[in-house]
Amino acid sequence: MSGEVQAAAVLGGLQESEQLEDSGHRGGRVRRQRIGLGDWLLPVYTVLAFVFLLIPIVYTLVFSFNDSIKSNISWRGFTFDKWLNVCNVEGGAVCEAFANSIVIGLVATVIATTLGTMIAIALVRYRFRARSSISLLLFLPMATPEVVLGAGLAAQFLAVGVPKDMTTIILAHTMFCISFVVVTVKARVASLDPALEEAGRDLYGSPSQVFWRVTFPLLVPGILAAALLSFALSFDDFIITNFNSGSVSTFPKYIYISASRGIPAEANVIASAVFLFALVLVIVAQVSRAARAKRLAKLS
Amino acid sequence: MSVSVREFAERGADLELVGIQKRFPGFTAIEELDLTIPAGSFFALLGPSGCGKTTTLRLVAGLEEPTRGRILIGGTDVTETKAHQRPVNTVFQSYALFPHMSIIENVAFGLRRRRIGDADARAHEALRLVELDHLAQRRPAQLSGGQQQRVALARAIVNRPALLLLDEPLGALDLKLRRQMQLELKTIQEEVGLTFLHVTHDQEEAMTMADTVAVMNKGSIEQMGAPEQLYELPRTVFVANFLGQSNLFTGRVAGTTDTAIAVDVQGTRLVVPTTRAARHQGEVTIGVRPEKVALHRDAPAVSPSRNVLGPGHVIDVSFSGVSTQYIVSITGVGTVTVFAQNIGIGPIASEGDEVWVSWDVEHGFGLDDDPADAGKFAADDDTHAIAVQRREALVAELEES
Ligand SMILES: Nc1ncnc2c1ncn2[C@@H]1O[C@H](COP(=O)(O)OP(=O)(O)OP(=O)(O)O)[C@@H](O)[C@H]1O
Ligand SMILES: [Mg+2]
Repeated sequence: MSGEVQAAAVLGGLQESEQLEDSGHRGGRVRRQRIGLGDWLLPVYTVLAFVFLLIPIVYTLVFSFNDSIKSNISWRGFTFDKWLNVCNVEGGAVCEAFANSIVIGLVATVIATTLGTMIAIALVRYRFRARSSISLLLFLPMATPEVVLGAGLAAQFLAVGVPKDMTTIILAHTMFCISFVVVTVKARVASLDPALEEAGRDLYGSPSQVFWRVTFPLLVPGILAAALLSFALSFDDFIITNFNSGSVSTFPKYIYISASRGIPAEANVIASAVFLFALVLVIVAQVSRAARAKRLAKLS
Repeated sequence: MSVSVREFAERGADLELVGIQKRFPGFTAIEELDLTIPAGSFFALLGPSGCGKTTTLRLVAGLEEPTRGRILIGGTDVTETKAHQRPVNTVFQSYALFPHMSIIENVAFGLRRRRIGDADARAHEALRLVELDHLAQRRPAQLSGGQQQRVALARAIVNRPALLLLDEPLGALDLKLRRQMQLELKTIQEEVGLTFLHVTHDQEEAMTMADTVAVMNKGSIEQMGAPEQLYELPRTVFVANFLGQSNLFTGRVAGTTDTAIAVDVQGTRLVVPTTRAARHQGEVTIGVRPEKVALHRDAPAVSPSRNVLGPGHVIDVSFSGVSTQYIVSITGVGTVTVFAQNIGIGPIASEGDEVWVSWDVEHGFGLDDDPADAGKFAADDDTHAIAVQRREALVAELEES
């Protein structure tokens, strides 16, 4: 849950910065229009919406400081203990699960982003047989219920006789992440003016130089967005993971299992840390963008 | 002479297109194109929108493969050569500046790919040439359209290619800047002796800058030659109407002498010198430029050296400062346009007046079209040519005021 929210937040930040960049300093100023709903209705509605959105996050954050003993449901006083000793309880089970999730997320993201980007470029730029059917097929993993996907994969692994471990989880995650990467990067490739690559070729750039100096830098925002989405999806995934993980623990799996006996505050600590990390990313992106805009404004 | 892309061109290379055909799926953009551009010349390609000018440039640059035919640059067959290995640079119609690079990085791009020393210094020099050195650190999105166009120009020129392709490189500039850039381009071209292939909509630009102008229509060259020659002696209806305006008449050849042919146009005999007529018998189309036609209030004396039409009625007078345009309707013949310099004060005739028109026999020309085709050609291109001219007349007027 929280993973998706973070991803959305980070992606939102990225997309927005992209738009601003594209429109440059000449970007139109948005004219503000007064809405005739009364001056109080909109603010109240906005506040309610934010409260609804933010309560679970605030709850998670606050209860990561709860001096709980076993279950983390009622408030028992403030402490930093859980943050400081997060890896020392239950033999570090929370941290191990968290580390597994990070490794799986990173590896699956790198593979899915690389393959997905190549597929996206091929789908937009080249005409070949079965191009449109491939485009359609790539949508299928997104449209199929995760339960079906997870169970199907598990059956295949069983049939082939592959033992379930980190590798099978990474394979499963790569599979469903690729679709999302392709869709995200494809939009970016499609909006890329082919004349730019032609100009690169005209200016003596070999195919690889044109790719690395013109195409790739222009695709970077899309690729980054795809990678973040991919990582968030992988980090967050419970259903497919649960079918294909065997005895390997991941963060969502750990929380699911421990939920039956009261989630330990350590889980809140890690969830909060992830949230704060995402928040810092967004803030850094915004600040650096503002700084760059200022620098450019000074130049002109 | 083979041209390396690793160094600056010492001089221009000649370009030869042999039997080029270009088919896109479902559309033939160029049916059959033969073209030779001598080294060091400033060659202008002029034609209506969609006639295949950009396609021709793309074929030369290597961005498009011809369906048939060969392309030779400096005598070397480059038909199979990739774009980045051709000693050619393009100023793109859409500029195509790299949005993620600063202006200076854009301009230095070609030099760096070729590992030419002093890339930055040379790039700054090129930017100074287009008066944009002070914006070197900006991004393309932070420039105006005209500034972007000048950067595109600098980015191509800095490479000193043996052959420079310019696809309407001055379209977004205001008149003053355009004149200035035209001068710069001409200077660069003459100094280094590079070959320029310049595509433009602006006939005045083509006429003033180019050594040779080619008028292109529907994927083939209609006529090619020095600007004066093209203007004074058009060979087809299309050229006669696309480059400036023309009064055209169709009739049957009724008599020939050693030096001239006489054409019977609805009972009036119009004479054209044999050397200025492409066809000497049968049904022919002849013409004369409006500024060469004189307007008379009284019937002019018959003379063997002048063609006379009339009487007719003035149906439109438009005064534009230096000259006045009269449109005269002559029964049976149609309308004749007359441009008269305003030597006296005000127009010499007004709407409804009875007038005659005449012109020196030596000023007429005879076209090479089949008259049956003539009507077809006139249709859409004519309105386009007229629109262009109206616009230019307006611009000229604005410039004067
Ligand atoms: N990739 C393509 N696929 C199909 N048709 C094309 C393609 N590129 C160009 N054409 C067609 O070829 C013709 C010539 O196009 P081209 O771009 O060369 O025109 P142009 O003379 O440069 O026109 P303009 O003056 O408007 O720039 C046009 O009718 C155009 O529709
Ligand atoms: Mg064009």
